[in-house]
Amino acid sequence: MERLKPILTRIAQAIPVVVGVVVISFVLTRALPGDPAVFFAGAAADAASIEQVRSELGLDQPLPVQFLYYVQDLASGDLGNSVSTGQPVATDLARRLPASLELTLAALLLSCSIAVPLGVLAATRPGSWVDHVCRVLVTTGVSMPTFFTGILLIYVFYYLLGWAPSPLGRLDFMYIEPDRVTGFFLIDAALVGDWETWLAALKQLALPAITLALFTMAPIARMTRAAMLAALSSDFIRTARAAGLTRRKILYGYALRNALLPVVTTLGMVFSFTLGANVLVEKVFAWPGIGSYAVEALVASDYAAVQGFVLAMALLFVALNLVIDIAYAAIDPRIGFESQ
Amino acid sequence: MLTIKDLNVAFRTRRGIVDAVKGISLELGTGETLGIVGESGSGKSVTSYALMRILDAGGTIKAADVTYSGIDLAKATERQMGDIRGREISMIFQNPRAALNPIRKVGHQIEDVLRRHNRATRSDAKAKAIEAMEAVKIRDAASRYEAYPFELSGGMCQRIVIAIALACDPRLLIADEPTTGLDITTQKAVMDLVAELIRDRGMSAIVITHDLGLAAQYCDRIAVMKDGVIVETGPSAEVFGAPKHAYTQRLVDATPRLGATTRSLLPAEARTPEPLHRPSDTPLLEVKSLVKTFAGKSGPVQAVKGISFMVREGETVGLVGESGCGKSTTSSMVVRLMDPTSGQILFAGEDLAKAPAAGFAKDPRRSKIQMVFQDATDSLNPRHTAARAIEEPLRQMTRDGGKARRERVRDLAHLVGLPQHLLDRFPHQLSGGQKARVGIARAIAVDPRFLILDEPTAALDVSIQAVVLNLLVDLRSRLNMSYLFVSHDLNVVRLLCDHVVVMQNGAIVESGPVATVMDAPTNPYTASLIDAAPQPPVRQLAA
Amino acid sequence: MSTAAAAPAAPRQSTLGHIAYVLKDNPVTMLAFAMFAVIILTAFIGPLIAPYDPLASNAARALEAPSWDHWFGTDNLGRDVFSRVLVATRLDLTISVAAVALSFIAGSVLGAAAGYWGGWLDAALSRILDTIMAFPLFVLAMGIVAAMGNTIENIIYATAVINLPFYARLVRAEVNIRRNAGFAQAAKLSGNSDVRVLALHIFPNALPPMMVQISLNLGWAILNAAGLSFIGLGVRPPTPEWGIMVAEGANFIVSGEWWLAFFPGMALVLAVFTFNLLGDGLRDMVDPRRRT
Repeated sequence: MERLKPILTRIAQAIPVVVGVVVISFVLTRALPGDPAVFFAGAAADAASIEQVRSELGLDQPLPVQFLYYVQDLASGDLGNSVSTGQPVATDLARRLPASLELTLAALLLSCSIAVPLGVLAATRPGSWVDHVCRVLVTTGVSMPTFFTGILLIYVFYYLLGWAPSPLGRLDFMYIEPDRVTGFFLIDAALVGDWETWLAALKQLALPAITLALFTMAPIARMTRAAMLAALSSDFIRTARAAGLTRRKILYGYALRNALLPVVTTLGMVFSFTLGANVLVEKVFAWPGIGSYAVEALVASDYAAVQGFVLAMALLFVALNLVIDIAYAAIDPRIGFESQ
Repeated sequence: MLTIKDLNVAFRTRRGIVDAVKGISLELGTGETLGIVGESGSGKSVTSYALMRILDAGGTIKAADVTYSGIDLAKATERQMGDIRGREISMIFQNPRAALNPIRKVGHQIEDVLRRHNRATRSDAKAKAIEAMEAVKIRDAASRYEAYPFELSGGMCQRIVIAIALACDPRLLIADEPTTGLDITTQKAVMDLVAELIRDRGMSAIVITHDLGLAAQYCDRIAVMKDGVIVETGPSAEVFGAPKHAYTQRLVDATPRLGATTRSLLPAEARTPEPLHRPSDTPLLEVKSLVKTFAGKSGPVQAVKGISFMVREGETVGLVGESGCGKSTTSSMVVRLMDPTSGQILFAGEDLAKAPAAGFAKDPRRSKIQMVFQDATDSLNPRHTAARAIEEPLRQMTRDGGKARRERVRDLAHLVGLPQHLLDRFPHQLSGGQKARVGIARAIAVDPRFLILDEPTAALDVSIQAVVLNLLVDLRSRLNMSYLFVSHDLNVVRLLCDHVVVMQNGAIVESGPVATVMDAPTNPYTASLIDAAPQPPVRQLAA
Repeated sequence: MSTAAAAPAAPRQSTLGHIAYVLKDNPVTMLAFAMFAVIILTAFIGPLIAPYDPLASNAARALEAPSWDHWFGTDNLGRDVFSRVLVATRLDLTISVAAVALSFIAGSVLGAAAGYWGGWLDAALSRILDTIMAFPLFVLAMGIVAAMGNTIENIIYATAVINLPFYARLVRAEVNIRRNAGFAQAAKLSGNSDVRVLALHIFPNALPPMMVQISLNLGWAILNAAGLSFIGLGVRPPTPEWGIMVAEGANFIVSGEWWLAFFPGMALVLAVFTFNLLGDGLRDMVDPRRRT
């Protein structure tokens, strides 16, 4: 029961942030210079349709009333209609979200499984070749724009070596999409036992996931190394050594568990980068997720779709941060006491 | 039981190899407690880490013959050492809260050691851990078992560290500054506990400390270290009572003790006549029913509960108490960095509490009340040279031109004994004692009448403390200043102060002339403070 | 003004000496500085030294691989890629420097005030920053540019907004831990007002981590701006800009014309890499503890 309190507090703290997100999103759509009616009607609209949009959206009302309408629409899941697809934006986003999530999660899984061990190794052997590899990777990783990495990978693995399939979407057109259960092709194909499709989906996923992983590895490895170094030089490690605990116990039982705390905290920042970089990677690989949806909408001046995307991403990110903080509270007993 | 021959330890640093320990030899018998004393940088802690083979990265044992019960510790494999640590030789550390894993229950940390050395199985580990906690006199051990270090007090954390160290019944305990950072009464409780456990279990011990009083009280034999070399060893009473080596003599002399004068702390050749100190009867500062209330999470917290005291012209008043007693809050209010909730601060008859702290920087009385801070390093702007630091109050509070100010800075440096060529240096290029001098020069730059000294020597080695205390005594009579001396070290207070005010939990429990309070305390808390302070050894004059 | 007048000549020399010392001590930093100088120089004189007009198309020589005539090859319209990469330097650098300068100034003032005085100011700032940080930053920049209009100025504002929280939080934290430091209290006792203590004593000590942040941020800002133009925001063709050139070149990668995207991409990587290296070098230089 005691452990539950900080978690509930944290959830309560997310509420003002969500309110803030909604307000900013409203400001971005309605209150900025320029005519929102023109903005929502799209590039191809004429004067009559702009007027129609204006009264449809209630833009002839004062701002606070507009805000109420806006919140009302949001509450009922209405993000407006996309001009280019003709569908409600919410439907479009929901349909495309699994593709983005599959890519993002695969990339994060890949980068964590490489970056954390690499950071630990670098910290336990400072000055060794592992440490140097780690440093080079970190500096290069933060300097490479994802869209450029993606293009390089395509050139090498698709054009030169021919190992990768053509970088167009989630599945080669020769295969049929697996029945939709989760929307994650890898999971859906595995569920029905269609391993051929599974492999094809994995091949498509490999390059974009690696691109994204290279980008996110840098901050994770850097933080793991720093946190591990700090943990290893702290007093309690000396106590553990003086008590004769094994090297294994000291490294993994004592140091790593403490070092993971700051790493988990940086994951929030990493998510922010990943979701942003996602947009670019999806465009490079023609990945049919919400990022490329937003880019297409931008090109078509389909602003309802763009704003819906921004809001959806923000809410997703708030939720992810919430999960991270709750995970943090679960491993750090000090949470909830510090403020006292 | 333990024989160390010719131990050498070197550290690889950016500036090349540095020898931290240079060929020391020691012997320790069964049941004996050996004290290793020395000032910071003498290599005493490094010696103990080398014994345990837990030196930090970059440290290597060069040549050594360390025999513990027939085992050569210097040549043992890492696996053998792992078995010895915790089971044969254990260690306790300073700063106990940091010495425990912050995110693991203390009971589990004790279990880890028990399980490592096969003293417990999964099923009986908890019971044995609680047993180990009871052995170090932790009350209600079963519920404390579930606690995390941050939920326990410093003294309690040190008991847990001791429980970890003693869980597997080692035969040798190394205590590295075990009481540094603890309050004086907790200090005594911890040391008494350690001494009792060592005696009851027939263990040997090495106590590493900078505190001669503590070493004299708890150790059978003493080894004095300086710059990585042992300069003198012998039975405790002999080393302190009749020190042979010049360094030991200087160290013993410099330690404030009963019956000493400030001058007697200095080496014989530096003892000039003590300046005349005759405080007047005119009150300079009168604090009346001073109250400070902070807004806490669970309602307001009264940090200072209506205290009153007086400082006369030319007088020094000591403000003593343990951490959290409100003495720092009081000094902040008196020096006008913080506004009191209520009460008066009468300075030469005017109530300073009426002038808000926020605007006091521009008050004409600002220059009259100054302060010397506890941590000289922290109190100097790292981006300003010593000269700039001393000049700062002159710039803000005098109309002197650049030339006159530079002249004055040189005079002040001379006054506090800071060599002129150090004036262009940045704080990180100065030693602790030099930084303390800069802090004092800055405080007296604008001729204050009243100086608050907030533990000005707490971070200094005793020999430097002796010099700084003498400087303060000289300046007091030379510039006719009054001091409010905030300290937890009763021996220093006795040396410097005319009156003493004892605080506990935000209230004054006793005050009066220093000799009266110290020799015949009427309040039980004052008595326990005086009792807990280790009595430093007194050097026999016959020697 | 008395501050400037009284500053003796000696420390200034020692500062120069310190910079020379650090540079000699650390060849990587020296390299970073050299690369930085080259980038700045290119930004200034790029258009003068470009061998071709970056906008002049030449259908006869479209999609040529790198050669002596065209070091970086030509694009699908026959424009010289080398000239375009050179000329683009100024625009990319201007965007990032302007954005970082804006967020540095605004972030410093807000963060320092919040960190020093705390209270409602601090609470309000924290809420605003939390809300900004609640968006994935690149996505927020997309939203801002989409809402405010597709111009270069708006790219700068958007980049400044998403960088603001980093500066404000950093300054806030750095000021906050020094607010009650001994030297700050000593400065008050020396007769300095709160604003003077904050501006002259506390803030300069917060500068070393800020310098590192600025340097890293310049790299980010370039990446962000390039990313935005990659997806078609801000800079419009045919203006030469690294991000948009990579975007245009991306279409030719699958058919093997790598140089279209490669060279502008490498220019981008090189610039960001330089700023990152510079960050570490600057930290050593502005940290007085290293002055020995």
